[in-house]
Amino acid sequence: MHRSENSASLPSRRAVLKSSLAAGFTLAFYLPVRAANEPEQTPDTTAGQFAPNAFIRIDHTGKTTLVMPQVEMGQGVYTAIPMILAEELDADFSKVELKNAPPNEKLYANPMLGVQATGNSNSVRAFWKPLRQAGAATRAMLMQAAAQQWQVDPASCTAANSVVTHAASGRSIGYGDLVDAAAALPVPQDPPLKNPKDFTLIGKPLKRLDTPKKSNGSAIYGIDAMLPGMKFATLAACPVFGGKVAKVDDTAAKAVPGVHQIVVLDDVVAVVGDHMWAAKKGLDALKITWDEGPNAKISSADIWADLRAASKKDGVVAKSVGDLAKGLAQGERFDAEYELPFLAHATMEPMNCTVHVTPDSCEVWIGTQTISRVQQYAAKAAGLPLEKVTVHQHLLGGGFGRRLEWDMAESAVRIGKQVDGPVKVVWTREEDVQHDIYRPVYRNVISATLSDGKIAAWKYRVSGSSVMARWLPAGGYKNGIDIDAVDSAVDMPYDIPNKQIEYVRAEPPAVPTGFWRGVGPNNNVFAVESFMDELARKAGKDPIDFRRGMLDGNPRLKAALDLVAEKSGWGQPLPARVGRGVCVQPSFASFIATVVEAEVDEHGEVHLRRVTSAVDTGIAVNPDIIVAQLQGGLIFGLTAALWGEITIENGRVQQSNFNDYRMLRIDEVPTIDIHVMKSSEDPGGIGETGATAGPPALRNAIYAATGIALRRLPIDRKALALANKA
Amino acid sequence: MTTLNINGESKTFDAPDDMPLLWVLRDVLGMTGTKFGCGIAQCGACTVHIDGNPVRSCLLPVGSIGNKAVTTIEGVGATPVGAKVQKAWLDLEVIQCGYCQSGQIMSAAALLASTPQPEDADIDLAMAGNICRCGTYVRIREAIKRAAGEV
Repeated sequence: MHRSENSASLPSRRAVLKSSLAAGFTLAFYLPVRAANEPEQTPDTTAGQFAPNAFIRIDHTGKTTLVMPQVEMGQGVYTAIPMILAEELDADFSKVELKNAPPNEKLYANPMLGVQATGNSNSVRAFWKPLRQAGAATRAMLMQAAAQQWQVDPASCTAANSVVTHAASGRSIGYGDLVDAAAALPVPQDPPLKNPKDFTLIGKPLKRLDTPKKSNGSAIYGIDAMLPGMKFATLAACPVFGGKVAKVDDTAAKAVPGVHQIVVLDDVVAVVGDHMWAAKKGLDALKITWDEGPNAKISSADIWADLRAASKKDGVVAKSVGDLAKGLAQGERFDAEYELPFLAHATMEPMNCTVHVTPDSCEVWIGTQTISRVQQYAAKAAGLPLEKVTVHQHLLGGGFGRRLEWDMAESAVRIGKQVDGPVKVVWTREEDVQHDIYRPVYRNVISATLSDGKIAAWKYRVSGSSVMARWLPAGGYKNGIDIDAVDSAVDMPYDIPNKQIEYVRAEPPAVPTGFWRGVGPNNNVFAVESFMDELARKAGKDPIDFRRGMLDGNPRLKAALDLVAEKSGWGQPLPARVGRGVCVQPSFASFIATVVEAEVDEHGEVHLRRVTSAVDTGIAVNPDIIVAQLQGGLIFGLTAALWGEITIENGRVQQSNFNDYRMLRIDEVPTIDIHVMKSSEDPGGIGETGATAGPPALRNAIYAATGIALRRLPIDRKALALANKA
Repeated sequence: MTTLNINGESKTFDAPDDMPLLWVLRDVLGMTGTKFGCGIAQCGACTVHIDGNPVRSCLLPVGSIGNKAVTTIEGVGATPVGAKVQKAWLDLEVIQCGYCQSGQIMSAAALLASTPQPEDADIDLAMAGNICRCGTYVRIREAIKRAAGEV
């Protein structure tokens, strides 16, 4: 090898390999059996490739493979993450190939969550710097390798589209021809990053990489995994939470053509057949007697009575500013309580998991937001060490937090242990709705005083389940405070001199609770922004003017509010029973102001007319995906505000499918205008931002249209019907 | 044995007559582009064409189809209308998670085949049976109009 001055003091290749391993960086070989139909799902391998970090692999032909540490569930990360990596790498974006990251907490843990998970709208926020550094370091190594070969100063070289060029001598060389030399160089620890003004990819509305296959039926979701000799299963868990199987009469089920096997576990019964139809008919033919257990009498009324009682007690103080008692003694005091129901996720792709369990191996095919947890719990269920469990990541047909759980994998492995060969376990929609892990019920108790048209004191107590205490106790639940449950309450955007935010952990009996698109802010933004409108009215102020007067400390949000006021036609006359409502929020590090315009008809039915949002989400990596996420997120939130509620009777969920767990449909969707503001701040989160913005803005539009202050979701049409007005 | 004409090809398989077409496509023939969403014709994810008409395959007994032509998402791109719908879908980046989009595209292609210049009300009528949890409805409407301009 030709040595330049630069490389004279470089460590040997062997030393580099050792130090890379010590630093936790890749070179681990990962070679599970390849699935029959998974052209996109081949495992990540560094063999024969330049792999200076966990995210980038370049082979001798120049083929550049990017390993995705976050999963694609519609939010566009399989485009945004490649854009960030390719930007700093100066790779040819049209030719990059993607791979899913295998379960590996060391390499792929989400820096903001501390575990390998996709959620909390933080894929771009959390990986922004690490990905840029990975791209920049790799690019620096390739440029140095080229400069060495040409014996020129690396600074005199440029890179673009996977080619290094030395303009002065007219030479250029592709990345593929540099991989061996680059691999011998040390990985720079603090490579210079591009000045954003030099970005060529970031900031452009580039086409998504995942959508062509989704338009012709060739994209493979977890539910589409197909393996030679595979059988198909569907299952029933006890309809009462926590209940067990008492007795199963499978005579009729076994007589169903195509049924192979009935698997009876302590809490679940599954039917295995030649196809889902046989499995489903078999399940319908089973006579199962359940031991319903201690939860058989629980109903929503009990759960709400418990929560209301709990919310009256003092909570743990999560934030305190100024002198609350003094503030509450000033001016006129107002009190209100806001309540939010249980919600199911209802991802379009029902829960499913395909497994092949043998005495010494377990292979799992799934689309999951938490692949390492799936691996851990599959190993536990299979009774095998972690390294015997292979998990194949797939596209997700919706996540929304539901796929941050691993229950569907755990039960599939327990079933698969008793099945010879691979089995795909698919839940019916009814099972999916009735055995979800639900968005908790919440109750928020607020007291505030007004003085000179501004809020002098604010006491806010959120009561509800702690999802963090179960899901991420280390880091998420500290000293009795769930950091998610108080998110967007402790950091509410308004300048209020005296305030206190409290949390009461109140776990509902029996009903499992989890993250749901919008997480804690869903609850807090609704309560805060609803009460802001009520206070504005008490103060005799326009809702936007009232907010603007308390946003001096939050200029980004204030600018978004001003823009949405202009773009929404705020203040322009409207017909009777039509109103505009506003919501502002700094949640997920995005600053968004939203106006919903809605009509309330004489029957109390609510019709969405128009939605306008203005958002400062920092550097917009892909502005078109940001617009799409807000359009969709707003609809997700508005759907819940209009109809979303899971109720419990006799320990069972009463809703079962889309006929009684209602979704917004195309004929009910209003015009949605999204204005993405120019910003040079680091990127904010966007996947959940619309979901939290829609409900309070709608609620406030109804308030403006009717004068009725709804304090609970979903909206109560009876309360809004003209006949009910005094 | 049952024989069906699917995407212009003759496919023979063994399945009971009451088995819904959805499961024949997915589990017997391995054509997984058609999706299972609800099983009760409430969401439209399983939409296919039978002689060009949009039908929810989750409730369609395979024994009732006879020699009618079945078109699925894997084959709709071979029709001029289907290809234009798919192109409009990509031009406007309609798709997010994509799970419902096979059904959305099939419903939209059937609409445009019968109503080449649909009004908003036509779109509402033809597409209201297709649920999208990602909320891509605004772009679905635009893409249908885009495709109509090019059909």
